[in-house]
Amino acid sequence: MSLAFYLAFKEIWRNKGRFLLVSLVIALITLLVLFIAALGEGLGTNNREYISKLDGQLVVFLEKSDYIISASRLRQSTLRAVRRVEGVEDAGPISTSSTAILLPPGSKNEVLKVSLLGVEAGRPGFPQLTAGRTFLSATAREVIVDQRVLDRTDIQIGDTITVRSTQGVEDEFYDLKVVGTTSGQAYFFQPSIFVTPSVWEKIRPKSDAELGNTVAAINIIVVRLKDSTQIEQMKEKLLSSVKNIEVADIQTTINNIPGYSAQQGTVQTQGGFTLLIGILVIGGFFQIQVLQKVPQIGVLKAIGASNPVVGAAAVIQISLVTAFGVAIGGLLTYLFSLGFPPTVPLFFNGAASALALVALLLIGPLGGLVSVIYAVRIEPLKALRLS
Amino acid sequence: MSVIVTHPIQNIIAEKQSEAKPIALEVRNVVKTFLTDTGPINAVDDVSFSVRQGEFVALVGPSGSGKTTMLSILAALLTPTSGQVLIDGQDLARMNERERVRLRREKIGFTFQSNNLIPFLNALENVELMLRLNNRLDKAGRIRSAELLARLGLGERLYNLPSQMSGGQQQRVAIARALIHSPTVVLADEPTASLDTERAFQVVQTFAALIHENDRAGIMVTHDLRMCQYVDRVLQMRDGKLVRIYETRAEILALAQGGEH
Repeated sequence: MSLAFYLAFKEIWRNKGRFLLVSLVIALITLLVLFIAALGEGLGTNNREYISKLDGQLVVFLEKSDYIISASRLRQSTLRAVRRVEGVEDAGPISTSSTAILLPPGSKNEVLKVSLLGVEAGRPGFPQLTAGRTFLSATAREVIVDQRVLDRTDIQIGDTITVRSTQGVEDEFYDLKVVGTTSGQAYFFQPSIFVTPSVWEKIRPKSDAELGNTVAAINIIVVRLKDSTQIEQMKEKLLSSVKNIEVADIQTTINNIPGYSAQQGTVQTQGGFTLLIGILVIGGFFQIQVLQKVPQIGVLKAIGASNPVVGAAAVIQISLVTAFGVAIGGLLTYLFSLGFPPTVPLFFNGAASALALVALLLIGPLGGLVSVIYAVRIEPLKALRLS
Repeated sequence: MSVIVTHPIQNIIAEKQSEAKPIALEVRNVVKTFLTDTGPINAVDDVSFSVRQGEFVALVGPSGSGKTTMLSILAALLTPTSGQVLIDGQDLARMNERERVRLRREKIGFTFQSNNLIPFLNALENVELMLRLNNRLDKAGRIRSAELLARLGLGERLYNLPSQMSGGQQQRVAIARALIHSPTVVLADEPTASLDTERAFQVVQTFAALIHENDRAGIMVTHDLRMCQYVDRVLQMRDGKLVRIYETRAEILALAQGGEH
């Protein structure tokens, strides 16, 4: 065992209470950071999940819609024009709206709000099925539902659901047969249900002025390319071949979902500030500790401990305390997460959580950096001068 | 509590013996100048002396006489402005910081007035620390550490933390730590300052016995002249200068009976 590790470990072991307290503070910070990260991921996922899983590389919007899905309205002729562009393997329309499924009497809530998406079967934008089948026809009153709908209701394949939709100023009710399920398809903070474009146009909430419409309005067109590496070239090609459109890749589309960037920015700022608070708390603790240990460090140096040994002992000590705190915090986060209902948007993404954990493991050494430098600079003469 | 008692006559014998022994520490015309607002001050002013193996020397003088500065120079914690300090023939002034750290670790044993021990290590671990620092801790070293502590009357306190021991017991652990790695020179900075009279006599008496027995060169800075009865020679400093050396037993005893500075 190296001398530095020996000194670091012995001090922690003989002052377990004090160091445990610091570890618990780090654990609480870990809990907070991981929950903020999970919340950010959960909110982001609920907002973008469907878009991020689109089986295409480019998204076509109405010109000057600023890549905002709800602001974009495209014609069927545009869809046909896009499909004709060389290099386009396929293109699928997506129509978006919001509606509510009526829940059986006795349920906790009267309705379950969902995103109503109109998509063509087998085209880009159509979700991958986890069970059941696709639509029998373009006008079939059939629906494919996201797993989250199943998680929150007793609906099963073969059931008929009732959708409530405001038509003008009246509420209308439409029955749809559940023929398939998909998973991980949340959009705009709601689980999604999928219908054909013509059914979508029929049942979507409409204003008085829209009541006579029979042709589905398309919000965006998802384009699957023959060569997925030619994104920039195909973007230019689409813009030059089809009039009145603008084209974005998937990430740009996600970033322009209303509120998405602002929300993610807010959550990330919260996480950043929590880490900063962690750095200050840990830095403060270890600085006070080093100040209390000046004579002891002076004695260590006077009897021949080198600066690298003293510095390494301090770094190892901070790292051990931080690692222990992060481990407790990770465990607490896991235990707490088991108790949260599916409606709470917490999503423990492996990469995001790992990044948060690495950041948490770094806050100890970062926070303690000043105290380590201070410890290394203590003169061995302190052992004599203080005596 | 068992302590090692050494009659002053044994010191006389040790002195006679040490005269023939090689010089462990030599100080040649050492000057240490500090720059202050009022101009340069010589805290140590042209001091020369030597200490042989097996010799226990007291460095005395009133407050501000330069004895702690001298001790810091001997411990390679301060570099003299001029002059030479040789330990085992090695000139401290020619060493870089890394070499000085190594010298302190290998050739010097230290006891301080207070804050002597590492508070989170028990008595045995504090003593073993010197062997760890020198990468010499093995089973034999552990046994020697325990035996040395037992000889100092701390056989029942091996696993006690400093906070669980009295000041006198802590000083004895510090003495064991200062000697366990067989250093050339053992330096003690006011080792009795925080002890009551009875404990102070016991600690210095024990210290002297071990210095003689292990053939180390010991230098003790003290303001308490009564402690000089256990040393072989007394170096008296005033205003940075070495003003007098008490060498005969009669002189030393007379000084010791004079009491504190």
